[in-house]
Amino acid sequence: MSCVVTELIIDGAGCASCVGKIEGALKAVSGVQHAEMNFAQRTVSVSGTAPSDVLVQAIERAGYNAKVSSAETDTDELDEKEQADLAYYKKLMRETWIALALGAPLMAYALITGEMSVNTTTERIVWLIIGILTLGVLLASGRHFFVGAWKSFLNHSANMDTLIALGTGTAWLYSMVVVFFPEAVPAQARHVYFEATAIIIGLIDLGLALEIKARGRTSEAIKRLIGLQAKTARVIRDDKEMDLPIEHVLLDDLVRVRPGEKIPVDGEVVEGHTAIDESMLTGEPMPVEKAKGDEVVAGTLNKTGSIVFRATRVGKDTALAQIINMVKRAQNSKPPIGRLADVISAFFVPVVMITAVISALAWLNFGPTPAIAFAIVSATTVLIIACPCALGLATPMSVMVGVGKAAEAGVLIRNGEALQTASKITAMILDKTGTITLGSPKVTDVVVVSGRTELEVLQLAASVEAGSEHPLALAIMETAQEKAIELSKASSFNAITARGVEAEVDGRRVLFGNEKLMHERDVTLNVAGDDFVQKAQSLAADAKTPMYFAIDGKLAGIIAVADPIKEDSISAIQRLQKNGIRVIMLTGDNRDTAKAVAKKVGISEFVAEVLPEDKAKKVQELQMAGEVVGMTGDGINDAPALALANVGFAIGTGTDVAIESADITLMRGSLHGLADAIAVSKATLRNIKQNLFGAFVYNVAGVPVAAGILYPVLGILMNPVIAGAAMAFSSLTVVSNANRLRLFKAQEH
Amino acid sequence: MLIINIAGVILIALIIWWFWLYKPQAEQMGDDDLVVVVENGVYKPSHILMDSNDTHDITFLRKDASPCAETLMIPQLEISETLPLNKPTKIHIPPLGAGEYAFHCQMQMYKGTISIK
Ligand SMILES: [Cu+2]
Repeated sequence: MSCVVTELIIDGAGCASCVGKIEGALKAVSGVQHAEMNFAQRTVSVSGTAPSDVLVQAIERAGYNAKVSSAETDTDELDEKEQADLAYYKKLMRETWIALALGAPLMAYALITGEMSVNTTTERIVWLIIGILTLGVLLASGRHFFVGAWKSFLNHSANMDTLIALGTGTAWLYSMVVVFFPEAVPAQARHVYFEATAIIIGLIDLGLALEIKARGRTSEAIKRLIGLQAKTARVIRDDKEMDLPIEHVLLDDLVRVRPGEKIPVDGEVVEGHTAIDESMLTGEPMPVEKAKGDEVVAGTLNKTGSIVFRATRVGKDTALAQIINMVKRAQNSKPPIGRLADVISAFFVPVVMITAVISALAWLNFGPTPAIAFAIVSATTVLIIACPCALGLATPMSVMVGVGKAAEAGVLIRNGEALQTASKITAMILDKTGTITLGSPKVTDVVVVSGRTELEVLQLAASVEAGSEHPLALAIMETAQEKAIELSKASSFNAITARGVEAEVDGRRVLFGNEKLMHERDVTLNVAGDDFVQKAQSLAADAKTPMYFAIDGKLAGIIAVADPIKEDSISAIQRLQKNGIRVIMLTGDNRDTAKAVAKKVGISEFVAEVLPEDKAKKVQELQMAGEVVGMTGDGINDAPALALANVGFAIGTGTDVAIESADITLMRGSLHGLADAIAVSKATLRNIKQNLFGAFVYNVAGVPVAAGILYPVLGILMNPVIAGAAMAFSSLTVVSNANRLRLFKAQEH
Repeated sequence: MLIINIAGVILIALIIWWFWLYKPQAEQMGDDDLVVVVENGVYKPSHILMDSNDTHDITFLRKDASPCAETLMIPQLEISETLPLNKPTKIHIPPLGAGEYAFHCQMQMYKGTISIK
């Protein structure tokens, strides 16, 4: 045995003392000559003759997890899968050609001469040779059906292989009986079906091969996501930069990323600033500015600057890895609509077998001569045409494509059930703050009394509010920062509950608050015929929060703050309403602000001053009224309502995957994600219904026709070859129809 | 003709018995974690017996290139995994209450059960 070096990645080694334990465990394995662990990288290289799985087991016995370091990333896994699929495709195509090489000329002969019977000795010899050739085809091209049928028979289960093996086997056996003992069957029934046997095998192999090709396309979305992962990262350790495979990047490692490179793992910027294109994850086309302290996310593309960041999530914990995982799971989950098909396909094959027997018996009892030939043909045809695959594939294939399509638009759907329910939503509750609006208030207006300047008022206001955590204070501070206003020190600070604040700044007494506060301190709000109360009211009507500002007992101006509505909220809400969805806004804000915002975005139904627990109540209320309710919120404050709603939508800001309580997560802030999610789920459900309908009709109509139900009336009995073709292409049709979904575009305005 | 009809009915009865009524022996989950091989259209073993309140890892090894074999689903546990070809995949089974838990492929061509007693 040759001596090889194996690299293993260790998981669960927390301290340096683990090194000795792991190395000891490995050295105890027979065939290991040398084992050395690199604790920093959590890798161990082992030389010797022991196979890698034995090494992994030894490490696992020692209490750690290990895996072989090569070829273990998702990308490689995908490549391997593609290669395996390709190999299988080639094998099936080879088998198709072998089967058709015999079947096609035979079929041509049958069509031209209309003659496949066995009468003379010469014919018997020729057909015997052809029969043996057909057996060769069954073995070369159809062995997998027979092996599969036998194994599952032993296992008391039956599947597609069972039907094909029984069908073609019956046809071949009957033909061989005719060849060997022509006397055993009536003269008119001395017919052979070798051509049907060969062609059916060929067609079904062809159908399977094409299905594999088509299936490959259904997983395009996940391939794209996996393709986003960088392969290496430039890690700075001990002041040295080195390129490491991303699996070796550790928490708190410093990573350098240059312009044009992908972010390898999640992290927080510590040096430099740049713009990052996050569209591949969020669907948001505009690059996002990042500077020290900002989060960067694996898989996104660094555009302009060079940055160094500290790794905060690596390996399977990165947002991208979690997204991939979630999409994979959702793609394999089934919406309730597929359950009936599941129940049917669980009983399907034995039922078809029984149908074949009954049909054969019916022909034998009541059929015209040669009854035995009709019985064999109908039984074979029933077995061949009944394909449970179409039924079984109808739902999963569409879900696969639909969930992937949604992910491309930055919409993560948790499972098939969420997908199905989302297509039925009749009412959508939108939380105001952070959902319709940006969630962070900004100073919108500064109105000053003549003689005062905006800058002066802002400077004093910011000085008073410095250090306060109140959202309104933060908005003022931000504006002051933007305008590079220097703050002064405030003294004798006094916060007056539900009124405002007062303080002394630069020797001036400053009062900042609402109308009540001004009245209590006898501040006149009508300055030289200019009514500031009216101004404040008109600001309030515009969804802004106005606050009066007085200096030394005299009104100086009004500062208005508002939480700006997201740019595209209006158009997104219109899209929802156009789809016939009742849109309702909930907010903890006061009625005036709520009313103004609702009016601006075109929502007629709103509830103001709701407490978080009341949101869940509102969901329930709508459900009682028979609505299918979607609830959209930020996922943290709104968790109970999100959980209670038929479909909970969490609005992610950027790529924060706080998605535990939501059925559907929108990766970017835009409400268009909602309309997209609903559009995709509707399209997917439509696609599933088409598939299920097609599969049901195909089986419900195909099986009786194959049994010969049309014969007494129209004199039609289906040719087994036609059945073979129909069966071969039934699942291909389903997969192709699902693939049509890939072309679906959730139109965004 | 009578004989043929009787034979046909017996055949139908056999189909019903073999595929529906027969309850196969289940494989007891041993100390060493169980390996289920996916090959030729079946899971082997396909009937697994486990004690309740025990966690287990079941390793699935797919040797079947057919795309049918690719996805393993345990609907009651919300598990669905893509099985790579010729590479063991560990499936973690949490402690479960007594009952039957079916596992199968996407279209239920391949079927098996986990029985918890
Ligand atoms: Cu199948």
